Amino acid sequence: MSVKEKIIKYVLIVLKYFSLVFFSFVALLPVVSCVITAFKTDEEYQSTNVMVLPQSWLNFDNFINAFNKAGMGRAFINSTIILICVLLFSTLIGTQLAYVLNRFEFFGNKLIRNMFLFASMLPGVAMQISVYEIMYKLHFINSLPGYIVMMCGTDVISIYIYIQFFENIDGSLDESAIVDGASFFTIFYKILLPLLKPAIVTSCILKGVGTYNEYYCANLYLQDKTRLATVATSLYTFVGPLGSKYNLICAGVIISLLPALIVFITCQKQIYSGLTSGAVKG
Amino acid sequence: MSALTKSAGSRKNRTFPEWLRSRDGQRVLVMIAFLVVPLVLLMVFTYIPFAEMVKYSFYNMKYVGNRKFVGFKNYIKVFSRDDCFGALKLSLYYMGGSVVQLSLALYLATILSFKVKGGNIFKGFMFFPFLINGIAIGFIFKFFYTRGFVFDTVLQWVGFNLDSLPYWLKDRSINNISLVGTSVWRYFGQNMVLFIGAIMSVDSELYEAAMLDGANKFQQFKYIIMPSIKTIFVLNVILSISGSLSAFEPPYVITDGANGTGTYFVVMHEIAHTQQKVGLASAMAVVLLMIIFIVTVLQKLFFKYVFKDGTE
Repeated sequence: MSVKEKIIKYVLIVLKYFSLVFFSFVALLPVVSCVITAFKTDEEYQSTNVMVLPQSWLNFDNFINAFNKAGMGRAFINSTIILICVLLFSTLIGTQLAYVLNRFEFFGNKLIRNMFLFASMLPGVAMQISVYEIMYKLHFINSLPGYIVMMCGTDVISIYIYIQFFENIDGSLDESAIVDGASFFTIFYKILLPLLKPAIVTSCILKGVGTYNEYYCANLYLQDKTRLATVATSLYTFVGPLGSKYNLICAGVIISLLPALIVFITCQKQIYSGLTSGAVKG
Repeated sequence: MSALTKSAGSRKNRTFPEWLRSRDGQRVLVMIAFLVVPLVLLMVFTYIPFAEMVKYSFYNMKYVGNRKFVGFKNYIKVFSRDDCFGALKLSLYYMGGSVVQLSLALYLATILSFKVKGGNIFKGFMFFPFLINGIAIGFIFKFFYTRGFVFDTVLQWVGFNLDSLPYWLKDRSINNISLVGTSVWRYFGQNMVLFIGAIMSVDSELYEAAMLDGANKFQQFKYIIMPSIKTIFVLNVILSISGSLSAFEPPYVITDGANGTGTYFVVMHEIAHTQQKVGLASAMAVVLLMIIFIVTVLQKLFFKYVFKDGTE
Protein backbone atom coordinates (compact mmCIF):
# COMPACT_ATOMS: atom_id res chain seq x y z
CA MET A 1 0.00 0.00 0.00
CA SER A 2 1.40 3.36 -0.98
CA VAL A 3 1.61 6.27 1.43
CA LYS A 4 -1.16 8.08 -0.35
CA GLU A 5 -3.51 5.11 -0.06
CA LYS A 6 -2.67 4.78 3.61
CA ILE A 7 -3.49 8.41 4.26
CA ILE A 8 -6.82 8.09 2.44
CA LYS A 9 -7.62 5.00 4.48
CA TYR A 10 -6.99 6.73 7.79
CA VAL A 11 -8.88 9.85 6.77
CA LEU A 12 -11.85 7.67 5.90
CA ILE A 13 -11.70 5.89 9.24
CA VAL A 14 -11.51 9.17 11.13
CA LEU A 15 -14.39 10.56 9.08
CA LYS A 16 -16.43 7.43 9.75
CA TYR A 17 -16.10 7.56 13.53
CA PHE A 18 -16.42 11.31 13.60
CA SER A 19 -19.77 11.03 11.80
CA LEU A 20 -21.01 8.34 14.16
CA VAL A 21 -19.96 10.17 17.31
CA PHE A 22 -21.29 13.50 16.05
CA PHE A 23 -24.73 12.22 15.09
CA SER A 24 -25.02 10.11 18.22
CA PHE A 25 -24.29 13.30 20.14
CA VAL A 26 -26.99 15.13 18.17
CA ALA A 27 -29.46 12.33 18.87
CA LEU A 28 -28.69 12.21 22.59
CA LEU A 29 -28.15 15.87 23.43
CA PRO A 30 -31.81 16.92 23.81
CA VAL A 31 -32.59 13.91 26.01
CA VAL A 32 -29.41 14.15 28.09
CA SER A 33 -29.95 17.86 28.77
CA CYS A 34 -33.41 16.91 30.05
CA VAL A 35 -31.92 14.30 32.38
CA ILE A 36 -29.42 16.83 33.74
CA THR A 37 -32.13 19.38 34.44
CA ALA A 38 -34.46 16.84 36.03
CA PHE A 39 -32.01 16.34 38.89
CA LYS A 40 -31.68 20.03 39.76
CA THR A 41 -33.37 21.76 42.67
CA ASP A 42 -35.46 24.88 41.93
CA GLU A 43 -32.69 27.12 43.13
CA GLU A 44 -30.02 25.34 41.16
CA TYR A 45 -32.18 25.39 38.03
CA GLN A 46 -32.57 29.16 38.27
CA SER A 47 -28.96 29.97 39.06
CA THR A 48 -26.98 27.62 36.80
CA ASN A 49 -26.72 27.13 33.07
CA VAL A 50 -28.81 24.21 31.75
CA MET A 51 -25.75 22.26 30.71
CA VAL A 52 -24.03 22.49 34.11
CA LEU A 53 -24.27 19.12 35.86
CA PRO A 54 -26.50 18.94 38.95
CA GLN A 55 -24.94 18.96 42.41
CA SER A 56 -26.50 15.66 43.31
CA TRP A 57 -27.55 12.79 41.04
CA LEU A 58 -29.68 11.46 43.89
CA ASN A 59 -32.10 14.36 44.05
CA PHE A 60 -35.32 12.58 43.05
CA ASP A 61 -37.64 15.30 44.39
CA ASN A 62 -38.59 16.50 40.92
CA PHE A 63 -39.51 13.00 39.84
CA ILE A 64 -41.73 12.45 42.86
CA ASN A 65 -43.28 15.89 42.43
CA ALA A 66 -43.91 15.47 38.73
CA PHE A 67 -45.34 11.99 39.26
CA ASN A 68 -47.84 13.30 41.79
CA LYS A 69 -48.72 16.60 40.10
CA ALA A 70 -49.43 14.94 36.75
CA GLY A 71 -51.33 12.07 38.36
CA MET A 72 -49.00 9.62 36.69
CA GLY A 73 -49.98 6.77 38.98
CA ARG A 74 -53.49 6.76 37.56
CA ALA A 75 -52.03 7.37 34.09
CA PHE A 76 -49.76 4.33 34.29
CA ILE A 77 -52.70 2.16 35.35
CA ASN A 78 -54.80 3.44 32.43
CA SER A 79 -51.98 3.01 29.95
CA THR A 80 -51.36 -0.53 31.17
CA ILE A 81 -55.03 -1.46 30.82
CA ILE A 82 -55.16 0.04 27.34
CA LEU A 83 -51.93 -1.67 26.35
CA ILE A 84 -52.97 -5.15 27.52
CA CYS A 85 -56.43 -4.99 25.95
CA VAL A 86 -55.26 -3.52 22.65
CA LEU A 87 -52.42 -6.02 22.29
CA LEU A 88 -54.57 -9.07 23.14
CA PHE A 89 -57.46 -8.04 20.96
CA SER A 90 -55.49 -6.78 17.98
CA THR A 91 -53.19 -9.82 18.02
CA LEU A 92 -56.21 -12.10 17.96
CA ILE A 93 -58.05 -10.40 15.12
CA GLY A 94 -54.83 -9.61 13.25
CA THR A 95 -53.62 -13.21 13.18
CA GLN A 96 -57.07 -14.51 12.30
CA LEU A 97 -57.42 -12.08 9.45
CA ALA A 98 -53.94 -12.90 8.17
CA TYR A 99 -54.74 -16.65 8.39
CA VAL A 100 -57.85 -16.33 6.23
CA LEU A 101 -56.18 -14.00 3.74
CA ASN A 102 -53.15 -16.21 3.37
CA ARG A 103 -54.65 -19.71 3.47
CA PHE A 104 -58.00 -19.32 1.71
CA GLU A 105 -58.55 -18.33 -1.87
CA PHE A 106 -61.88 -16.66 -2.23
CA PHE A 107 -63.62 -13.92 -4.09
CA GLY A 108 -62.65 -10.63 -2.48
CA ASN A 109 -59.35 -11.74 -0.95
CA LYS A 110 -57.37 -9.26 -3.02
CA LEU A 111 -60.01 -6.59 -2.43
CA ILE A 112 -59.74 -6.93 1.35
CA ARG A 113 -55.95 -6.68 1.19
CA ASN A 114 -56.19 -3.54 -0.90
CA MET A 115 -58.77 -2.05 1.43
CA PHE A 116 -56.35 -2.38 4.33
CA LEU A 117 -53.50 -1.00 2.24
CA PHE A 118 -55.54 2.02 1.16
CA ALA A 119 -56.66 2.61 4.74
CA SER A 120 -53.03 2.83 5.84
CA MET A 121 -52.48 5.70 3.41
CA LEU A 122 -55.15 7.92 4.97
CA PRO A 123 -53.56 10.30 7.47
CA GLY A 124 -54.98 9.73 10.94
CA VAL A 125 -55.29 13.37 11.98
CA ALA A 126 -57.51 14.17 9.00
CA MET A 127 -59.68 11.13 9.56
CA GLN A 128 -60.42 12.11 13.16
CA ILE A 129 -62.65 14.94 11.92
CA SER A 130 -65.33 12.43 11.04
CA VAL A 131 -64.29 9.59 13.34
CA TYR A 132 -65.08 12.04 16.13
CA GLU A 133 -68.72 12.10 15.04
CA ILE A 134 -68.84 8.29 15.02
CA MET A 135 -67.20 8.05 18.43
CA TYR A 136 -69.78 10.53 19.67
CA LYS A 137 -72.70 8.50 18.32
CA LEU A 138 -71.30 5.29 19.79
CA HIS A 139 -70.90 7.02 23.20
CA PHE A 140 -67.20 6.23 22.99
CA ILE A 141 -66.01 9.68 24.08
CA ASN A 142 -64.61 9.65 27.61
CA SER A 143 -64.80 5.88 27.63
CA LEU A 144 -61.74 3.71 28.08
CA PRO A 145 -63.32 0.69 26.32
CA GLY A 146 -64.36 2.95 23.44
CA TYR A 147 -60.82 4.23 22.99
CA ILE A 148 -59.48 0.67 23.16
CA VAL A 149 -61.87 -0.54 20.44
CA MET A 150 -60.85 2.34 18.22
CA MET A 151 -57.16 1.62 18.72
CA CYS A 152 -57.70 -2.02 17.70
CA GLY A 153 -59.52 -0.93 14.59
CA THR A 154 -56.76 1.12 13.09
CA ASP A 155 -54.02 -1.47 12.88
CA VAL A 156 -52.53 -2.36 9.51
CA ILE A 157 -48.80 -3.01 9.77
CA SER A 158 -49.04 -6.03 12.03
CA ILE A 159 -51.44 -7.67 9.58
CA TYR A 160 -48.67 -7.45 7.00
CA ILE A 161 -46.14 -8.92 9.39
CA TYR A 162 -48.47 -11.88 10.05
CA ILE A 163 -49.30 -12.49 6.38
CA GLN A 164 -45.62 -12.49 5.57
CA PHE A 165 -44.97 -15.00 8.34
CA PHE A 166 -47.80 -17.28 7.22
CA GLU A 167 -46.27 -17.34 3.74
CA ASN A 168 -43.21 -18.98 5.25
CA ILE A 169 -45.17 -21.72 7.02
CA ASP A 170 -45.58 -24.66 4.68
CA GLY A 171 -49.20 -25.31 3.67
CA SER A 172 -48.62 -29.08 3.80
CA LEU A 173 -48.74 -28.73 7.58
CA ASP A 174 -52.40 -27.70 7.34
CA GLU A 175 -53.11 -30.42 4.76
CA SER A 176 -51.85 -33.23 6.96
CA ALA A 177 -53.84 -31.89 9.90
CA ILE A 178 -56.97 -31.84 7.74
CA VAL A 179 -56.35 -35.45 6.74
CA ASP A 180 -56.13 -36.27 10.46
CA GLY A 181 -59.58 -34.75 10.85
CA ALA A 182 -58.70 -31.46 12.53
CA SER A 183 -61.07 -28.55 12.03
CA PHE A 184 -59.87 -25.19 10.73
CA PHE A 185 -60.24 -23.72 14.20
CA THR A 186 -58.04 -26.45 15.68
CA ILE A 187 -55.44 -25.94 12.97
CA PHE A 188 -55.34 -22.24 13.65
CA TYR A 189 -55.27 -22.31 17.45
CA LYS A 190 -53.30 -25.48 18.08
CA ILE A 191 -50.85 -25.59 15.20
CA LEU A 192 -50.36 -22.24 13.52
CA LEU A 193 -50.74 -19.77 16.37
CA PRO A 194 -47.88 -21.29 18.42
CA LEU A 195 -45.66 -21.24 15.31
CA LEU A 196 -46.49 -17.59 14.84
CA LYS A 197 -44.96 -16.62 18.17
CA PRO A 198 -41.92 -14.71 16.86
CA ALA A 199 -44.14 -12.63 14.56
CA ILE A 200 -46.56 -11.97 17.40
CA VAL A 201 -43.76 -10.81 19.69
CA THR A 202 -42.37 -8.52 17.00
CA SER A 203 -45.65 -6.89 16.11
CA CYS A 204 -46.71 -6.61 19.76
CA ILE A 205 -43.57 -4.65 20.56
CA LEU A 206 -44.15 -2.27 17.65
CA LYS A 207 -47.84 -1.92 18.31
CA GLY A 208 -47.17 -1.64 22.04
CA VAL A 209 -44.74 1.23 21.68
CA GLY A 210 -47.13 2.94 19.27
CA THR A 211 -50.09 2.52 21.61
CA TYR A 212 -48.15 3.67 24.65
CA ASN A 213 -46.97 6.79 22.82
CA GLU A 214 -50.30 7.63 21.17
CA TYR A 215 -51.60 10.97 22.38
CA TYR A 216 -53.58 12.71 19.64
CA CYS A 217 -56.64 10.46 19.87
CA ALA A 218 -56.17 9.94 23.59
CA ASN A 219 -56.32 13.70 24.03
CA LEU A 220 -59.33 14.00 21.73
CA TYR A 221 -61.42 11.13 23.06
CA LEU A 222 -60.31 10.75 26.70
CA GLN A 223 -61.11 14.31 27.68
CA ASP A 224 -61.56 13.71 31.40
CA LYS A 225 -57.90 14.16 32.31
CA THR A 226 -58.23 13.41 36.02
CA ARG A 227 -59.81 10.00 35.50
CA LEU A 228 -58.78 8.90 32.02
CA ALA A 229 -55.33 10.32 31.34
CA THR A 230 -52.75 8.05 29.71
CA VAL A 231 -49.05 8.51 30.39
CA ALA A 232 -48.66 10.59 27.23
CA THR A 233 -51.64 12.85 27.90
CA SER A 234 -50.80 13.24 31.59
CA LEU A 235 -47.87 15.36 30.44
CA TYR A 236 -50.39 18.01 29.35
CA THR A 237 -50.57 18.95 33.04
CA PHE A 238 -47.36 20.85 32.48
CA VAL A 239 -48.85 23.10 29.84
CA GLY A 240 -49.88 26.38 31.48
CA PRO A 241 -48.85 27.70 34.90
CA LEU A 242 -46.17 25.06 35.35
CA GLY A 243 -44.88 25.72 31.83
CA SER A 244 -41.58 27.27 32.84
CA LYS A 245 -40.57 24.93 35.67
CA TYR A 246 -38.44 22.84 33.37
CA ASN A 247 -36.76 20.86 36.13
CA LEU A 248 -40.20 19.47 36.98
CA ILE A 249 -41.27 19.06 33.35
CA CYS A 250 -38.06 17.27 32.40
CA ALA A 251 -38.57 14.85 35.28
CA GLY A 252 -42.07 14.11 33.98
CA VAL A 253 -40.78 13.63 30.46
CA ILE A 254 -38.08 11.23 31.65
CA ILE A 255 -40.61 9.19 33.64
CA SER A 256 -42.84 8.96 30.59
CA LEU A 257 -40.11 7.62 28.35
CA LEU A 258 -38.64 5.09 30.79
CA PRO A 259 -40.94 2.21 29.74
CA ALA A 260 -40.06 2.75 26.07
CA LEU A 261 -36.37 2.83 27.01
CA ILE A 262 -36.63 -0.43 28.94
CA VAL A 263 -38.47 -2.17 26.09
CA PHE A 264 -35.90 -0.81 23.65
CA ILE A 265 -32.92 -2.07 25.64
CA THR A 266 -34.40 -5.53 26.13
CA CYS A 267 -35.95 -6.03 22.67
CA GLN A 268 -33.71 -4.12 20.27
CA LYS A 269 -33.46 -6.97 17.78
CA GLN A 270 -37.21 -7.51 17.51
CA ILE A 271 -37.86 -3.81 17.07
CA TYR A 272 -35.37 -3.51 14.23
CA SER A 273 -36.56 -6.66 12.47
CA GLY A 274 -40.20 -5.75 12.96
CA LEU A 275 -39.70 -2.33 11.44
CA THR A 276 -37.82 -3.74 8.49
CA SER A 277 -40.27 -6.52 7.69
CA GLY A 278 -43.27 -4.25 8.14
CA ALA A 279 -41.79 -1.64 5.84
CA VAL A 280 -40.64 -3.96 3.07
CA LYS A 281 -44.07 -5.49 2.81
CA GLY A 282 -46.05 -2.30 3.24
CA MET B 1 -63.82 -17.89 -5.43
CA SER B 2 -63.73 -21.64 -5.12
CA ALA B 3 -65.17 -21.88 -1.64
CA LEU B 4 -68.34 -19.98 -2.39
CA THR B 5 -69.12 -21.50 -5.77
CA LYS B 6 -68.33 -25.05 -4.68
CA SER B 7 -70.52 -24.80 -1.62
CA ALA B 8 -73.36 -23.34 -3.64
CA GLY B 9 -73.15 -26.25 -6.09
CA SER B 10 -73.14 -29.01 -3.53
CA ARG B 11 -75.83 -27.49 -1.41
CA LYS B 12 -78.56 -28.96 -3.62
CA ASN B 13 -78.22 -32.52 -2.44
CA ARG B 14 -77.45 -31.77 1.22
CA THR B 15 -79.51 -30.30 4.03
CA PHE B 16 -78.15 -27.10 5.57
CA PRO B 17 -76.88 -28.65 8.86
CA GLU B 18 -75.15 -31.35 6.86
CA TRP B 19 -73.50 -28.76 4.65
CA LEU B 20 -72.45 -26.81 7.72
CA ARG B 21 -70.61 -29.83 9.06
CA SER B 22 -68.91 -30.54 5.74
CA ARG B 23 -65.45 -29.28 4.85
CA ASP B 24 -66.92 -26.55 2.64
CA GLY B 25 -69.30 -25.42 5.33
CA GLN B 26 -66.50 -25.28 7.87
CA ARG B 27 -64.46 -23.23 5.47
CA VAL B 28 -67.15 -20.60 5.08
CA LEU B 29 -67.80 -20.65 8.81
CA VAL B 30 -64.19 -20.03 9.75
CA MET B 31 -63.89 -17.31 7.15
CA ILE B 32 -66.93 -15.51 8.49
CA ALA B 33 -65.82 -15.93 12.10
CA PHE B 34 -62.34 -14.59 11.42
CA LEU B 35 -63.22 -11.80 9.02
CA VAL B 36 -66.26 -10.18 10.62
CA VAL B 37 -64.55 -8.31 13.46
CA PRO B 38 -61.61 -6.82 11.55
CA LEU B 39 -63.80 -5.83 8.64
CA VAL B 40 -66.42 -4.23 10.87
CA LEU B 41 -63.67 -2.25 12.61
CA LEU B 42 -62.21 -1.24 9.28
CA MET B 43 -65.61 -0.05 8.11
CA VAL B 44 -66.57 1.77 11.29
CA PHE B 45 -63.29 3.56 11.87
CA THR B 46 -61.98 4.07 8.35
CA TYR B 47 -64.38 3.74 5.46
CA ILE B 48 -67.59 5.10 6.99
CA PRO B 49 -65.74 8.13 8.41
CA PHE B 50 -64.08 8.56 5.05
CA ALA B 51 -67.43 8.61 3.23
CA GLU B 52 -68.90 10.89 5.90
CA MET B 53 -65.97 13.25 5.55
CA VAL B 54 -66.55 13.57 1.80
CA LYS B 55 -70.23 14.24 2.53
CA TYR B 56 -69.48 16.82 5.27
CA SER B 57 -67.25 18.73 2.91
CA PHE B 58 -70.39 19.88 1.04
CA TYR B 59 -72.13 21.15 4.16
CA ASN B 60 -71.85 24.15 6.42
CA MET B 61 -72.07 22.40 9.78
CA LYS B 62 -70.88 21.87 13.34
CA TYR B 63 -70.75 18.55 15.15
CA VAL B 64 -74.08 19.35 16.77
CA GLY B 65 -76.96 21.32 15.30
CA ASN B 66 -78.25 22.21 11.85
CA ARG B 67 -76.39 21.50 8.66
CA LYS B 68 -76.80 23.41 5.44
CA PHE B 69 -75.87 22.11 2.00
CA VAL B 70 -73.49 24.60 0.39
CA GLY B 71 -72.16 22.71 -2.63
CA PHE B 72 -68.55 23.47 -3.47
CA LYS B 73 -68.33 26.59 -1.30
CA ASN B 74 -66.06 24.91 1.26
CA TYR B 75 -63.67 23.87 -1.48
CA ILE B 76 -63.56 27.39 -2.87
CA LYS B 77 -62.78 28.63 0.65
CA VAL B 78 -59.94 26.14 1.03
CA PHE B 79 -58.22 27.63 -1.98
CA SER B 80 -59.03 31.26 -1.25
CA ARG B 81 -58.49 31.57 2.51
CA ASP B 82 -54.92 32.46 3.36
CA ASP B 83 -54.69 30.31 6.43
CA CYS B 84 -55.76 27.15 4.56
CA PHE B 85 -54.01 26.73 1.27
CA GLY B 86 -51.20 29.11 2.15
CA ALA B 87 -50.24 26.75 4.95
CA LEU B 88 -49.34 24.13 2.36
CA LYS B 89 -46.31 26.23 1.43
CA LEU B 90 -44.81 25.28 4.78
CA SER B 91 -44.65 21.70 3.62
CA LEU B 92 -41.75 22.74 1.37
CA TYR B 93 -39.69 23.14 4.54
CA TYR B 94 -40.65 19.66 5.58
CA MET B 95 -39.80 18.28 2.15
CA GLY B 96 -36.38 19.89 2.40
CA GLY B 97 -36.07 18.29 5.81
CA SER B 98 -36.90 14.87 4.48
CA VAL B 99 -34.22 15.16 1.80
CA VAL B 100 -31.68 15.88 4.56
CA GLN B 101 -33.15 13.09 6.66
CA LEU B 102 -33.01 10.45 3.93
CA SER B 103 -29.47 11.30 2.79
CA LEU B 104 -28.23 11.35 6.37
CA ALA B 105 -29.92 8.02 7.06
CA LEU B 106 -28.44 6.48 3.93
CA TYR B 107 -24.95 7.78 4.72
CA LEU B 108 -25.02 6.45 8.30
CA ALA B 109 -26.60 3.16 7.23
CA THR B 110 -23.81 2.61 4.73
CA ILE B 111 -21.18 3.26 7.39
CA LEU B 112 -22.88 0.97 9.90
CA SER B 113 -23.28 -1.86 7.40
CA PHE B 114 -19.55 -2.42 7.31
CA LYS B 115 -17.49 -3.44 10.28
CA VAL B 116 -17.59 -0.69 12.88
CA LYS B 117 -16.49 -0.83 16.51
CA GLY B 118 -19.51 -0.27 18.76
CA GLY B 119 -21.81 -0.14 15.75
CA ASN B 120 -24.79 -1.43 17.66
CA ILE B 121 -24.44 1.20 20.35
CA PHE B 122 -24.25 4.03 17.82
CA LYS B 123 -27.26 2.56 16.04
CA GLY B 124 -29.21 2.40 19.28
CA PHE B 125 -28.37 5.99 20.22
CA MET B 126 -29.50 7.32 16.88
CA PHE B 127 -32.64 5.20 16.74
CA PHE B 128 -33.94 5.91 20.23
CA PRO B 129 -35.58 9.30 19.49
CA PHE B 130 -38.10 7.40 17.33
CA LEU B 131 -39.48 5.73 20.47
CA ILE B 132 -40.23 8.90 22.43
CA ASN B 133 -43.84 10.03 22.58
CA GLY B 134 -44.81 13.17 20.73
CA ILE B 135 -45.79 15.24 23.75
CA ALA B 136 -42.49 14.50 25.46
CA ILE B 137 -40.71 15.56 22.27
CA GLY B 138 -42.69 18.79 22.37
CA PHE B 139 -41.46 19.59 25.87
CA ILE B 140 -37.92 18.44 25.16
CA PHE B 141 -37.60 20.82 22.23
CA LYS B 142 -39.36 23.75 23.83
CA PHE B 143 -36.67 23.42 26.48
CA PHE B 144 -33.93 22.77 23.92
CA TYR B 145 -34.66 25.90 21.89
CA THR B 146 -35.44 28.30 24.74
CA ARG B 147 -33.24 31.42 24.73
CA GLY B 148 -29.97 30.71 26.48
CA PHE B 149 -30.79 27.06 27.06
CA VAL B 150 -29.43 23.87 25.54
CA PHE B 151 -28.99 24.73 21.86
CA ASP B 152 -27.68 28.23 22.53
CA THR B 153 -25.27 26.91 25.14
CA VAL B 154 -23.81 24.33 22.77
CA LEU B 155 -23.47 26.94 20.03
CA GLN B 156 -21.66 29.18 22.50
CA TRP B 157 -19.25 26.33 23.25
CA VAL B 158 -18.20 26.31 19.62
CA GLY B 159 -17.74 30.05 19.55
CA PHE B 160 -21.03 31.71 18.67
CA ASN B 161 -22.08 34.85 20.49
CA LEU B 162 -25.49 34.65 22.18
CA ASP B 163 -26.48 38.08 20.89
CA SER B 164 -25.99 37.03 17.31
CA LEU B 165 -28.28 34.00 17.69
CA PRO B 166 -31.97 34.25 16.75
CA TYR B 167 -34.96 33.21 18.84
CA TRP B 168 -35.31 29.72 17.38
CA LEU B 169 -39.06 29.35 17.85
CA LYS B 170 -40.20 32.97 17.52
CA ASP B 171 -38.15 34.38 14.69
CA ARG B 172 -40.24 33.85 11.56
CA SER B 173 -37.22 33.52 9.33
CA ILE B 174 -35.94 30.45 11.16
CA ASN B 175 -38.64 28.89 13.32
CA ASN B 176 -39.95 26.54 10.65
CA ILE B 177 -36.45 25.24 10.08
CA SER B 178 -36.08 24.67 13.84
CA LEU B 179 -39.29 22.63 13.80
CA VAL B 180 -38.25 20.63 10.75
CA GLY B 181 -35.01 19.92 12.62
CA THR B 182 -36.95 18.18 15.38
CA SER B 183 -38.68 16.01 12.83
CA VAL B 184 -35.37 15.06 11.21
CA TRP B 185 -33.99 14.34 14.68
CA ARG B 186 -36.89 12.04 15.44
CA TYR B 187 -36.93 10.01 12.24
CA PHE B 188 -33.43 9.80 10.76
CA GLY B 189 -32.52 6.89 13.02
CA GLN B 190 -35.63 4.97 12.02
CA ASN B 191 -34.91 5.53 8.31
CA MET B 192 -31.36 4.42 8.95
CA VAL B 193 -32.52 1.15 10.53
CA LEU B 194 -34.73 0.48 7.50
CA PHE B 195 -31.81 1.09 5.15
CA ILE B 196 -29.49 -1.12 7.22
CA GLY B 197 -32.10 -3.89 7.05
CA ALA B 198 -32.21 -3.62 3.26
CA ILE B 199 -28.43 -3.49 2.88
CA MET B 200 -27.99 -6.50 5.17
CA SER B 201 -30.37 -8.53 3.03
CA VAL B 202 -27.75 -8.50 0.27
CA ASP B 203 -25.75 -11.70 -0.01
CA SER B 204 -22.40 -11.01 1.65
CA GLU B 205 -20.64 -13.03 -1.07
CA LEU B 206 -21.41 -10.17 -3.43
CA TYR B 207 -19.25 -7.82 -1.37
CA GLU B 208 -16.44 -10.36 -1.18
CA ALA B 209 -16.53 -10.90 -4.92
CA ALA B 210 -16.53 -7.16 -5.50
CA MET B 211 -13.60 -6.78 -3.12
CA LEU B 212 -11.65 -9.47 -5.01
CA ASP B 213 -12.37 -7.67 -8.25
CA GLY B 214 -10.84 -4.55 -6.71
CA ALA B 215 -13.99 -2.48 -6.36
CA ASN B 216 -13.62 0.39 -3.91
CA LYS B 217 -16.15 1.43 -1.29
CA PHE B 218 -17.81 3.97 -3.56
CA GLN B 219 -18.20 1.44 -6.36
CA GLN B 220 -19.63 -1.06 -3.89
CA PHE B 221 -22.12 1.55 -2.80
CA LYS B 222 -23.14 2.39 -6.34
CA TYR B 223 -23.35 -1.09 -7.83
CA ILE B 224 -24.32 -3.30 -4.90
CA ILE B 225 -25.93 -1.22 -2.16
CA MET B 226 -27.98 1.20 -4.25
CA PRO B 227 -29.73 -1.45 -6.39
CA SER B 228 -30.52 -3.55 -3.35
CA ILE B 229 -32.20 -0.79 -1.41
CA LYS B 230 -34.04 0.70 -4.37
CA THR B 231 -37.45 -0.56 -3.31
CA ILE B 232 -37.18 0.65 0.25
CA PHE B 233 -35.66 3.91 -0.91
CA VAL B 234 -38.57 4.62 -3.25
CA LEU B 235 -40.98 3.68 -0.48
CA ASN B 236 -39.26 6.09 1.89
CA VAL B 237 -39.34 8.91 -0.65
CA ILE B 238 -43.06 8.41 -1.18
CA LEU B 239 -43.70 8.23 2.55
CA SER B 240 -41.66 11.33 3.25
CA ILE B 241 -43.37 13.43 0.58
CA SER B 242 -46.85 12.52 1.79
CA GLY B 243 -45.49 12.96 5.30
CA SER B 244 -44.29 16.48 4.48
CA LEU B 245 -47.68 17.43 3.08
CA SER B 246 -49.38 16.21 6.23
CA ALA B 247 -46.75 17.51 8.69
CA PHE B 248 -48.48 17.98 11.99
CA GLU B 249 -46.68 16.97 15.13
CA PRO B 250 -43.75 19.38 15.50
CA PRO B 251 -45.81 22.58 15.27
CA TYR B 252 -48.75 21.04 17.15
CA VAL B 253 -46.73 20.07 20.20
CA ILE B 254 -43.98 22.68 20.18
CA THR B 255 -45.37 26.01 19.00
CA ASP B 256 -49.09 25.28 18.70
CA GLY B 257 -48.92 26.80 15.23
CA ALA B 258 -47.98 30.27 16.53
CA ASN B 259 -45.74 32.76 14.67
CA GLY B 260 -46.39 31.40 11.22
CA THR B 261 -45.62 27.75 11.96
CA GLY B 262 -49.17 26.46 11.45
CA THR B 263 -48.93 23.74 8.82
CA TYR B 264 -51.99 22.66 6.84
CA PHE B 265 -52.95 19.97 9.35
CA VAL B 266 -52.50 22.25 12.35
CA VAL B 267 -54.83 24.77 10.73
CA MET B 268 -57.25 21.97 9.88
CA HIS B 269 -57.20 20.63 13.43
CA GLU B 270 -57.89 24.12 14.76
CA ILE B 271 -60.76 24.69 12.31
CA ALA B 272 -62.33 21.30 13.04
CA HIS B 273 -62.00 20.99 16.80
CA THR B 274 -61.71 24.55 18.10
CA GLN B 275 -63.79 26.57 15.65
CA GLN B 276 -65.97 23.53 14.89
CA LYS B 277 -66.26 24.40 11.19
CA VAL B 278 -66.50 20.71 10.37
CA GLY B 279 -67.51 21.20 6.74
CA LEU B 280 -64.55 23.40 5.90
CA ALA B 281 -62.11 21.13 7.74
CA SER B 282 -63.47 18.12 5.88
CA ALA B 283 -62.98 19.88 2.57
CA MET B 284 -59.39 20.61 3.59
CA ALA B 285 -58.85 16.97 4.41
CA VAL B 286 -60.33 15.80 1.11
CA VAL B 287 -58.20 18.26 -0.88
CA LEU B 288 -55.05 17.06 0.87
CA LEU B 289 -55.93 13.39 0.40
CA MET B 290 -56.38 14.03 -3.31
CA ILE B 291 -53.02 15.79 -3.52
CA ILE B 292 -51.31 12.94 -1.68
CA PHE B 293 -53.00 10.42 -3.92
CA ILE B 294 -51.92 12.21 -7.09
CA VAL B 295 -48.36 12.64 -5.83
CA THR B 296 -48.16 8.94 -4.96
CA VAL B 297 -49.38 7.86 -8.40
CA LEU B 298 -47.05 10.30 -10.16
CA GLN B 299 -44.10 9.06 -8.14
CA LYS B 300 -44.86 5.44 -8.86
CA LEU B 301 -45.06 6.22 -12.58
CA PHE B 302 -41.87 8.26 -12.38
CA PHE B 303 -39.88 5.54 -10.68
CA LYS B 304 -41.31 2.89 -12.95
CA TYR B 305 -40.09 4.96 -15.89
CA VAL B 306 -36.67 5.69 -14.39
CA PHE B 307 -35.95 2.19 -13.13
CA LYS B 308 -37.38 0.26 -16.03
CA ASP B 309 -36.95 -3.12 -14.37
CA GLY B 310 -39.89 -2.22 -12.19
CA THR B 311 -40.01 -1.39 -8.52
CA GLU B 312 -43.59 -2.32 -7.74
